[in-house]
Amino acid sequence: MSAAIGAASATADERTKRAPWVLAAPALMLFFGVLVIPLAMTVMLSFHDWGQYKGIEPVFILKNWHEVATDPYYAEMFGRTFRIAALTTLITAVLGAPEAYILNRMSGRWKSFFLLVILGPLLISVVARTLGWALLFGGNNGLVNKLLMSLGLIGSPLPFMFTETGMVVALAHVMMPFMVLSVWAALQRLDPQIENAALSLGASPLTIIRRIVLPQIMPGVLSGAIIVFSLSASAFATPAIIGGRRLKVAATLAYDEFLNTLNWPLGAAVAVLLLVALVLIVVGSNALIERRYAEVFR
Amino acid sequence: MAHLELDRVSKQFAAQTVVDDFSLAVGKGEFVSFLGPSGCGKTTTLQMIAGFLDPSRGAIRLEGKDLTAVHPAKRGLGIVFQSYALFPHMTAAENVAFGLEMRRVPQAECRERVRATLAMVGLAGYEDRYPRRMSGGQQQRVALARALVIRPSVLLLDEPLSNLDAKLREGMQIELRQIQRTIGTTTILVTHDQNEAMSLSDRIVVMSQGRIEQIGTPQETYERPASAFVSQFLGKTNDFTATVDRTTASARLVAGSWSSPAPVGVTGPVTISIRPERIGFGDAGLAAKIVTRIFQGNHWLFQCESECGPAIVVRQNDGQPQPAEGEAVRLVWRSDDMSLRAGGVP
Repeated sequence: MSAAIGAASATADERTKRAPWVLAAPALMLFFGVLVIPLAMTVMLSFHDWGQYKGIEPVFILKNWHEVATDPYYAEMFGRTFRIAALTTLITAVLGAPEAYILNRMSGRWKSFFLLVILGPLLISVVARTLGWALLFGGNNGLVNKLLMSLGLIGSPLPFMFTETGMVVALAHVMMPFMVLSVWAALQRLDPQIENAALSLGASPLTIIRRIVLPQIMPGVLSGAIIVFSLSASAFATPAIIGGRRLKVAATLAYDEFLNTLNWPLGAAVAVLLLVALVLIVVGSNALIERRYAEVFR
Repeated sequence: MAHLELDRVSKQFAAQTVVDDFSLAVGKGEFVSFLGPSGCGKTTTLQMIAGFLDPSRGAIRLEGKDLTAVHPAKRGLGIVFQSYALFPHMTAAENVAFGLEMRRVPQAECRERVRATLAMVGLAGYEDRYPRRMSGGQQQRVALARALVIRPSVLLLDEPLSNLDAKLREGMQIELRQIQRTIGTTTILVTHDQNEAMSLSDRIVVMSQGRIEQIGTPQETYERPASAFVSQFLGKTNDFTATVDRTTASARLVAGSWSSPAPVGVTGPVTISIRPERIGFGDAGLAAKIVTRIFQGNHWLFQCESECGPAIVVRQNDGQPQPAEGEAVRLVWRSDDMSLRAGGVP
């Protein structure tokens, strides 16, 4: 009798133990099928050999990694990628944080209107938005360039296409909503009376922003920066359109290796290196932020 | 001369009048409470004193000088907010020191004053704690210390105790009153809790729908409520309609089978208002039947159905036998214990 009860409860225990795995199985299978396995295959691919006439050879060699590590061409490429990402992050932070603050201080109807204005670009494809920049500044036919030249303000078109400046400007435009949203979320957590509290203690508006508001929204700015940085460093469409084939970044380089040169192993090495570098940067800075603000914001 | 004076202050938001014709003179060192239900304009009035809102009409004067012309940062008032509004990225000591830093108080003096103020509110040793690591009561003390350390001319408290649990609130009330007595800062408290207003204040301003209903000491407002609203809001009360009977030699006030000599000058139907604890059971008086009897430890609560409508009676538990449910009783009270208002019970 008691043994039967024991057996029954044992199977019940077993079942409750299995349940989470069974329930999570579909998601886990999808995760493994579309992310882990292809990623592992890409890593393997980066160790394979490739030749113009022989194609891909499934062997284990360090040729691609050696090339990526020693050829200054790749160093320049990754340098440019992270330089552009860093500048984009800086610009979005400097413009986006005040933008979010102003947005947060607006009253009801204006707030929702301008929130839509800020988020609106997210509804439009990155390609369309970037092509917009190309239409405005693209060489002699760019709208802004034409206007400025016909007004006699500039003699030759402003260099925008195929420049790093152009890429940074276009990327900052594309990434701005992520920064604004991130800072805005941090502002929502602010006590609505906190600025009045500082005011009543004799603080000037500038002091309130510098000493009270900014330190509290800093985690929001930093997490926004992580999002913008990683998205900018791995961005493909904007650098491809503005930079073209002349000014490559890591993502466009990997694309060209895969589809133009058909050197898949080399492209895989570039892609894996970009991934590893980004993961290290994001995880590292996230850990730093967590440690810095844990005491205050837990 | 009044220390803080509000002279016919009004505040309108669009077409809505939130505070209407508010006049009050607060003496130096006085503790005044604005008491009323939510939406009565008490917090708006406080915010106008603080300078976060500008009055639509009227003047606010501090020691005879117009306060509305002074920027909120320069008013030198100490404010404790309902949410405390502590700076979460600063320690307790840094929070308290903030106001002194803004005033460019020398560092040594600043450190000493922060230490002394935190000790005064019972937080010695908590200097380096962050607000998130403190309990609600401790956060509230930091907020109080932060407001007091700048030696404000007026201390404004916006429902400071409403986020604390009942037991802690009682303790903080006593402490708040002691601190206020010790340092003698003129204090204005906004609250919707009548017990809090009564136990803390020198005077209570009872407000309803933007208007002042009554200004008086806690006893005055409780014993002699100026309006039906005040008597209902400050504790429980019994209202009966009484008529004046002039057929006898001397006019008598009559409510059901209860009557007493009518005060001079009373005419027409009046409302008589008696606190439940002032009603006793006697041989002659208002006839009533006890509906429910509830034992509450130190007192008994009786709900009765009288000739003039429902009545509540509170009797001390003094060991004497009390009437049972369903028993017929007569309700009696001294004429000193009732207040009269013109017009019957609506």
